[in-house]
Amino acid sequence: MIEIKNLHKSYKMGSNSLHVLKGINFSVEEGELVAIMGSSGSGKSTLLNILGMLDELDEGSYTLDGVPIKNLNETKAAQYRNKFLGFIFQSFNLINYKNAMENVALPLYYQKVGRKERQEKALRYLEQVGLKEWATHLPSELSGGQKQRVAIARAMAAEPKVLLADEPTGALDSKTSYEVMDLIQKINDAGNTILVVTHEPDIADMCKRIVHLKDGVIVEDKKVEQVRASQYV
Amino acid sequence: MFDIERWQEIFDTISKNKLRTFLTGLSVASGIFILVILLGFGQGMQNGIAQEFEGDAATSIWVWTQTTQKEYKGLNPGRQIQFRNEDYTTIVDKMDLNIDGKSKFYRPRGITATYGNDVLFYQVLGTTPEVQFIENEYIVSGRFLNNADEEQVRKVAIISAKIKREAFKNVENPVGEIIRISNIPFTIVGIYKERGNDQEEDRIFIPIKTAQMVFNGADKLDNLSFTLPAAENFDAAVAESVAFKSEVETFLKQKHSIAPDDQGGVGIYSPMEEAKRYYSLITNIKLFFWFVGVCTIIAGVVGVSNIMLIVVKERTKEIGIRKALGAKPWSIIGMILHESIFVTAISGFTGLILSMGLLEIIGPNIEVDYIVNPSVNFNIALATVFLLVIAGAIAGFFPAWRAATIHTIDALRDD
Ligand SMILES: Nc1ncnc2c1ncn2[C@@H]1O[C@H](COP(=O)(O)OP(=O)(O)O)[C@@H](O)[C@H]1O
Ligand SMILES: [Mg+2]
Repeated sequence: MIEIKNLHKSYKMGSNSLHVLKGINFSVEEGELVAIMGSSGSGKSTLLNILGMLDELDEGSYTLDGVPIKNLNETKAAQYRNKFLGFIFQSFNLINYKNAMENVALPLYYQKVGRKERQEKALRYLEQVGLKEWATHLPSELSGGQKQRVAIARAMAAEPKVLLADEPTGALDSKTSYEVMDLIQKINDAGNTILVVTHEPDIADMCKRIVHLKDGVIVEDKKVEQVRASQYV
Repeated sequence: MFDIERWQEIFDTISKNKLRTFLTGLSVASGIFILVILLGFGQGMQNGIAQEFEGDAATSIWVWTQTTQKEYKGLNPGRQIQFRNEDYTTIVDKMDLNIDGKSKFYRPRGITATYGNDVLFYQVLGTTPEVQFIENEYIVSGRFLNNADEEQVRKVAIISAKIKREAFKNVENPVGEIIRISNIPFTIVGIYKERGNDQEEDRIFIPIKTAQMVFNGADKLDNLSFTLPAAENFDAAVAESVAFKSEVETFLKQKHSIAPDDQGGVGIYSPMEEAKRYYSLITNIKLFFWFVGVCTIIAGVVGVSNIMLIVVKERTKEIGIRKALGAKPWSIIGMILHESIFVTAISGFTGLILSMGLLEIIGPNIEVDYIVNPSVNFNIALATVFLLVIAGAIAGFFPAWRAATIHTIDALRDD
């Protein structure tokens, strides 16, 4: 599903250049649930953003579902994101003047799905994350955990090939974090490929594979016995 | 434009961001409103001036005698000019002029008018029956001078309402009373009133022939006055009175051996030219209104641009989110412009309709001198609305384009 070879990325800041990713080689199969771990500043988000085509790589190659991703202009990148990828952010990134259902329906708008069908689908995904009753509520009326569940429903609504989650539990308390992880595990159980960036070991343990980043390279990549989040919920 | 989905998305955005929409709309609507009202009053003033001068016998020409100021053909300056009957008949009958009304005046010198033992301190003026039309006089009692008075050299007189009020306090109706002018009895046959002011009611009229014959006037005349037929429009009226004036002036100066460039000798005046001066003043006032209006519009454009800039800045993160979800840059730009054009157009037209409605309602009811029916050219008003809309769109385009084309990750980081 994902294949990365010799990926490099630096940030230029004035005359200085910060080499963040120094040759990453890594691939993900369909249906995997991968945790990307590392200390703060180790380049986890940078890697995920490149995978999400939100940012560009400097060197190396990236293939997504057999499609080589390179030299994309913004228009093409937008199309690919819409078709292939769903995002879950630490800060939720919901649109504050749209209610839960409208937020979930938004990626479908950019898939040119009609209004009625968009709403039906959005409601279905909200139901899956247990928030059907909250459909008409604005993000400001939802708790952190609820917001993240709306964001997950939104990421799912586009039926992407890969879900990318950057610290999805970073802004949540541990109980809510486990609820969110439970949801992510269930989505993965249904066959979806998911990458989760986290620096919390207990969250990483709920995935099926842990990739450890340090100083811009992968220092460890291991399959693990998945801890089910449901037992804590 | 006809993408119904986008319209719905825009209506959603607008209805959920009411304050933002309201502020944008208000600045556009008020700009248009002020401009239209200003332009309307500019036009109203122009209408008012035109009406003021077209209303009465505005196309009149007054001619009087003066002393010359220049030496000419061996004649010394300071010579008093005297018109003769022949001057009048030549102008009226021989010259190919388009005259509507005409009159002539002779003022006998060295005379005193009395009523009983009271001296009447008023001017005695010989004139013709037509004067009443030229000067907008009307009769309140008795009659005006007529042709029979003229032919039979009758000793009759017309006094004004003001004279009646002042000198005939104890007489119920002065018509039929006798006044004496240099001891010669004249019968009062009518009382006239002047439309408008009563400053010109200081005159006692007698038939011109009587004045000339009885008071040694021979064929002397002091004043001539004419009115011209109504012209098609104001400019034509001005042009005709200027042409008439110059022909009469040329003739009289030639006849009385006055230097063509002499300021004295013949006095000649046409209120139309005065109107012309007012008219150009009005043009300046209108220009000023335009200037203020354009400044208002520029302020409106700047206001709309600023709001668009802030709106786009405020929405940068939203734009990042939309792009992460698959929005293409042009769909973002399109959405922002679509919204901006929609809001500015609606509010522009609202301002237009409100201001034109206001002019329509209060315009005809305005009763102020020199302002008549303020109104505005619809096309001009419409053009300013489009100008504002386009300006808003252009002002919105650049920040929208920037926000839509920066890296999605940078837009997302915006807080
Ligand atoms: N846009 C950027 N410009 C400059 N430096 C950046 C930018 N984004 C991230 N960095 C730097 O790159 C390094 C890796 O950042 P990041 O990938 O966000 O780390 P992590 O998510 O693992 O905490 C950090 O030192 C960070 O300061
Ligand atoms: Mg990070």
